[in-house]
Amino acid sequence: MAVSRALRRFWRSYSTVSSERLRFCIVGSGPAGFYTADKILKAHERAEVDIVDRLPTPFGLVRSGVAPDHPDTKIVTNQFSRVVQNGRCSFIGNVLIGTSISLAELRELYDVVVLSYGAESDQALGIPGEELAGIYAAREFVWWYNGHPDCRNLAPDLKSSDIAVIIGQGNVALDVARILLRPTSELATTDIASHALAALEESSIRKVYLVGRRGAAQAAFTAKELREVLGIKDLFIEIQQADLSKTPVDEEELKSNRIKRRIHELLSKAATSAASVCSPGQKELHFVFFRKPDRFLESDCRSGHVAGLRLERTILKEDAGSGRQIAVGTGLFDEMECGLVLKSVGYKSRPVDGLPFDHHKGIVPNVQGRVLSEASGDALVEKGLYVCGWLKRGPTGIIATNLYCAEETVASISEDVQRGLVTSSSGLPKPGRDGLLQLLDSRNVKIVPFGGWEKIDSEEKRRGSLKNKPREKLTTWQELLEVAAK
Amino acid sequence: MFPSNSLNAMSACTSEASHDPLSRYHFLRVLRHEQYCTAAGNEEKQTISVTFVDKDGEEKHIKVPVGMSMLEAAHENDIELEGACEGSLACSTCHVIVMDVDYYNKLEDPTDEENDMLDLAFGLTETSRLGCQVIAKPELDGLRLALPAATRNFAVDGYKPKPH
Repeated sequence: MAVSRALRRFWRSYSTVSSERLRFCIVGSGPAGFYTADKILKAHERAEVDIVDRLPTPFGLVRSGVAPDHPDTKIVTNQFSRVVQNGRCSFIGNVLIGTSISLAELRELYDVVVLSYGAESDQALGIPGEELAGIYAAREFVWWYNGHPDCRNLAPDLKSSDIAVIIGQGNVALDVARILLRPTSELATTDIASHALAALEESSIRKVYLVGRRGAAQAAFTAKELREVLGIKDLFIEIQQADLSKTPVDEEELKSNRIKRRIHELLSKAATSAASVCSPGQKELHFVFFRKPDRFLESDCRSGHVAGLRLERTILKEDAGSGRQIAVGTGLFDEMECGLVLKSVGYKSRPVDGLPFDHHKGIVPNVQGRVLSEASGDALVEKGLYVCGWLKRGPTGIIATNLYCAEETVASISEDVQRGLVTSSSGLPKPGRDGLLQLLDSRNVKIVPFGGWEKIDSEEKRRGSLKNKPREKLTTWQELLEVAAK
Repeated sequence: MFPSNSLNAMSACTSEASHDPLSRYHFLRVLRHEQYCTAAGNEEKQTISVTFVDKDGEEKHIKVPVGMSMLEAAHENDIELEGACEGSLACSTCHVIVMDVDYYNKLEDPTDEENDMLDLAFGLTETSRLGCQVIAKPELDGLRLALPAATRNFAVDGYKPKPH
């Protein structure tokens, strides 16, 4: 056993030692990007890996997605930081693909380009009234409270109504519900952006409705997040007993799905133990199942603002194609008043110039991470171009999902390297990092190296320590770039 | 902190043993009960034998001091077990599979919090645990743990599915 391991190690070094250095560029520094970098560095001793990001800060959704009251989930950044501290890896922030540099140029500069820039846009509901003020994508709201510089000025209206409706029943929906409902004194000691904390302290939102098209047996959230929201101090929870009844098909689904079974148990327990009446001043969380948004209603007194929405009642039918139960409308409608709507119905990736893209699925067409030239038909593999993370498989899963996702992509890369499929056609070594830095410099792009991020990091921690917070995030582009350049 | 090579540990103990009868007695106990002594020298801890079976089916036998978690033990011994949240029960990356159900039954039941994370573990089995929550204790001597990908092709020894 030990022998085979030693042999493998020998082969690994033998197979790469004779060849030139391999230049890798990873676009996007979230979990998918970092796990990919880590695995490339371990698999190829001659690999040099550059991770570029459009932001001056690394870690993607670990910084801008993971809720501020989930600090333990962010510990993974320690591991990611150690990856950059490897002498063969570097972080190059403030570089936007398509603006600072094109994908075609990157592919010229590097032997291998891995795109892992995630999903920075949102699925639309496609119903009337969606453009009204007061309606936000949950992603924007999350970016806002997490201090993402692009949503610094979102200023969601939390004061003109006491009712918020969240559409969708996944973990993002529960995150935003929790942020709206949790006592702000508890949020004050997290790394929540200070502008968000101030707005939440003034918030008049008291009732939150979590609306889902399907039932309690199909809810997409996971147990930790549900347990957390159900455990919020002094919160009135409403779950209709009728929504918890299970059809034989539900029973069958739950039997084979541990997560959903545990979710159903938690919801049932919460429904039985919940107080029957809400005490005055208490905040409320209402689980609304079997309802599909039909249209948003405009306010009579505040033109252009949302004042409510119309929901269609649904029933479940088995979908012939997938075998899953899907929600279909019944033609029966209810109206619900609200002043804030957060749509949490999924993220969406965006293509860049020169990148094959499947607009229907919202991902880059690929086979085990190898990018295909065409979305369908006789597809050819794009030489030296790979994907990982949400851009590869769609916006689902947890941080660890990217570990396996990266393993798969890097296995494909290693196979192609071994078969000589990624060497440059000219036979000349690719310029890699030096070439990239030169080009960016000639375009006057002010890059932020990892050292720049470390300055931001210590400044944020310093400011945080003054407020009893783990960090006080810098939330404007200007400030981030200034501190990084100090 | 802990030498992975038990021979080193032994020799450190023997040198101590030579000029102290009590230590000599300890040295014998080292042999008999697989007592363990750290590189630092004087501190001795009881250890248990644990085998990790990696993704390729390769086995690695290690000694784990009583009280240490399997996640820490894996890291001390260069076993590729992820630990994204460093044992704070916020991820499922240190998922291990207890290969013998009798050993699984010797463990305390997982807490709700551990189960919440196990829900999300890749390749979950009926004897899955998080490595950070399995703490070495004498009864676990001989424990065999598989890293998830290695388990797709074999059943857990002695496991009988529970009736529904």
